[in-house]
Amino acid sequence: MSAPNNRAVILGGNRIPFARSNKQYSKATNLDMLTSAIDGLVARFGLAGENIGEVAGGAVLKHSKDFNLTREAVLGSALAPTTPAFDLGQACATGLEAVVSLNNKINAGQIESGIASGVDSTSDAPIVINDSMREILLELTRAKTMMQKAKIASQIRPAYLAPQAPSTGEPRTGLSMGEHQAITTAAWGISRQAQDELAVASHKNLAAAWESGFFDDLTTPYLGVSRDTNMRADSTVESLAKLNPVFGRKLATEATMTAGNSTPLTDGASSVLLGSEDWAAEHGFTPLARLVDAEAAAVDFVDGDEGLLMAPAYAVPRLLARNGLTFDDFDVFEIHEAFASTVLSHLAAWESEEFCKDKVGLDAALGTIDRDKLNPLGSSLAAGHPFAATGGRIIASTAKHLKTTGKKRSLVSICAAGGQGLTAIVEAA
Amino acid sequence: MKDTYLSLVNGPLKQVAKTLGLPQPVELNRFGSTPASYENKPVLVLGTGPGAQGLADQLLENGLEVRRNAQTGEKLRAVIAVLDDAQSLADLSPVVLEIGAALRSLAACGRVITISTAPDAQIQTPEQAATAQGITGFTRSVAHEMRAGATANGILLDGVDLTAPSVNAALWFLLSGKSAYVSGQFLTVSSDAGQRLSLDEFMSTGAAGPLAGRTAVVTGAARGIGAAIAENLARDGAYVIGVDMPQAGQALAQVMNRIGGKSLQLDITAADAPDKITEALGAPVDILVHNAGITRDKMLANMDAAKWDSVIAVNIAAQTMINARLSEKGLFADGAQVVSLTSTSGIAGNRGQTNYATSKAGVIGLTAASAEDFAARGGAINAVAPGFIETDMTAKMPTLTRQVARRLSSLQQGGQPVDVAEAICFLASSGARGINGQTLRVCGQNMVGA
Repeated sequence: MSAPNNRAVILGGNRIPFARSNKQYSKATNLDMLTSAIDGLVARFGLAGENIGEVAGGAVLKHSKDFNLTREAVLGSALAPTTPAFDLGQACATGLEAVVSLNNKINAGQIESGIASGVDSTSDAPIVINDSMREILLELTRAKTMMQKAKIASQIRPAYLAPQAPSTGEPRTGLSMGEHQAITTAAWGISRQAQDELAVASHKNLAAAWESGFFDDLTTPYLGVSRDTNMRADSTVESLAKLNPVFGRKLATEATMTAGNSTPLTDGASSVLLGSEDWAAEHGFTPLARLVDAEAAAVDFVDGDEGLLMAPAYAVPRLLARNGLTFDDFDVFEIHEAFASTVLSHLAAWESEEFCKDKVGLDAALGTIDRDKLNPLGSSLAAGHPFAATGGRIIASTAKHLKTTGKKRSLVSICAAGGQGLTAIVEAA
Repeated sequence: MKDTYLSLVNGPLKQVAKTLGLPQPVELNRFGSTPASYENKPVLVLGTGPGAQGLADQLLENGLEVRRNAQTGEKLRAVIAVLDDAQSLADLSPVVLEIGAALRSLAACGRVITISTAPDAQIQTPEQAATAQGITGFTRSVAHEMRAGATANGILLDGVDLTAPSVNAALWFLLSGKSAYVSGQFLTVSSDAGQRLSLDEFMSTGAAGPLAGRTAVVTGAARGIGAAIAENLARDGAYVIGVDMPQAGQALAQVMNRIGGKSLQLDITAADAPDKITEALGAPVDILVHNAGITRDKMLANMDAAKWDSVIAVNIAAQTMINARLSEKGLFADGAQVVSLTSTSGIAGNRGQTNYATSKAGVIGLTAASAEDFAARGGAINAVAPGFIETDMTAKMPTLTRQVARRLSSLQQGGQPVDVAEAICFLASSGARGINGQTLRVCGQNMVGA
């Protein structure tokens, strides 16, 4: 254990502006974007040529050639080539898990500094040949004679050439994430109006933060993009009301989820600088905040009756209980907006006495979150959601927000594929 | 941008250009590209007074080959004329003729340097003033006559003698490749402030460099001249914080990572810019280079408020505000040195640039008027006025205009961003603190605004 006065602190972050997929970053690889995000961080903190304790990162959609993605990014960056790195993954919670992991390593005294990172591209996604074709190709490599090879090759059929496109579909249910959420949305009776209002708030808050220069020291432009391209500062509930629903159209209930209140596929990368208090002091860095605790949860969405993205609803009560806190103790709630209705379903669950008693085992409802404290800097609906990069975006932003506003505590919650969720408490340093 | 003509006349078209009497620019000797064969050539020190002998001794101590009389058949690196004791125009005649006789022995990229008393109508007799002023006309004219990359410049003594530390620094700057694109200019030394640097110290780099241990802030550091300044400051040993607009962040990060500096994305016209700069620095400012600048060219008849105001805001108002704020809050370190970018447009004016020329002339005024404040802290503030420099901006000029602009200087070529950066690093060095409130042109003695 490190000394109590040498705990891990969050020092800052850097991300490239997020861009909608197949637009400005369509030719950029995960490696390109991650390297750029790290390089921007290195420049901001003057770390060129320095050894960092460890760099952690990952991507959800990952090429097999990128088996050592983060280490390759370090080698391509301005950091000392002797900086170790590791890849990790927890779907959309990858970025936050990287922060938690390095935070714990610093607190355990294993490293003095760390960079938590994440990247995703749905433009440069791996395209996989289908299993029939793959089997034939593998057989070909095992064949010894020309005759054997010719025989195997003759089995190839035109249909085998169709690649398997990447999707956000759940392997065990075959349903897309949006269709899963549509079931949850219907179950909680989340209205179209409420979803659109949340989306508008996200755009307005993000735009205001950009306008005020809040992101000047949290982002570095990339390929000519200097602001998140999905952001629509002028979006209104009226304009969003005109969009047609895209998910839940086959359900018995009214379909409410549109392209306006669901996150688009996005390309981007983020990074967060962490260090022990001593390391920060030696470098003259002012700590912004510290990650106090984290809690993951998972739900049985396959055979059970819980919604795919509802795990945070379970993680948060456990996290609060362990830390002896209630919602009243928080100034900020950073709840990742996979879909507007995901956030609203979580809020509804925490307000529900039935859910909190029957499913979580509490004595009463967890409580209501003051909407003014919810995603004050905008969230994924406006910024976009390059899966593994979202955690870094949220942690760096909320850490700076606490520092600059003098607020004390932030609750961070990210839902993830596979029925998972990761939540954390961030406190001003 | 590549100067194709320059390559051609130093290659296949050399003879043609000579025959036709076309301009014959040469590749200039710069820091790092000056051959040892050039540096080993002797320096001829002319002048009959004790000052000349003292200077010759100083040069010897700094390891230079020194001659007091020209020797036939020997190529010279430089001719230095010490005229500090000239009281009348009659005193000049023998020395200038000696300079003239030595010019044919001057090596390519050689130097003529005059050292004389600064003209001062307040304290000098009419004859003394005429002599002092006369020397400046002489030096400028010699600069016009220089060929093959050679330059002529002057050092003016304003109430100091030849032993002032900044006379040394000015001499090292003018003698070396660091002043490759400076010609027809004067460096006025007005105090004994500053540290005495040996030639070796002045020419060293990194931890031994003249800026070692100091922190430098450069605005507009993402590209062009600003990036060159940042790189040179780092080369000379300074720790650099590069500032640029958030939109330029990617390029800024690349420059800063290359030189091991720190990037700071901010709008320098914002009211909190000075605070953010000092916050990023974590210490008072040692060196501040106001390089950020924009152009919004328009004929005055078509000028709108947005074009006028934005140029004034970035090019001069931001500098004024940042200087005032740092000064008022005591955030300039003792000995702090500021160098501001102005422009030859600010000196001569330029068609379509009323806004730009106003801002750049404003910088010259601001610099002169701030000198006292900086001197009180043991530091200095100066400006550098680049002429035609090969940057992305000049690359966008129409081809013919660009070709003409390049040849319109005594060196018959455009300067490089590094040439401006060298002048700035020199003026930011501790040796140059006796030079204060001045504007130095880095323009190859451009005809514009001469």
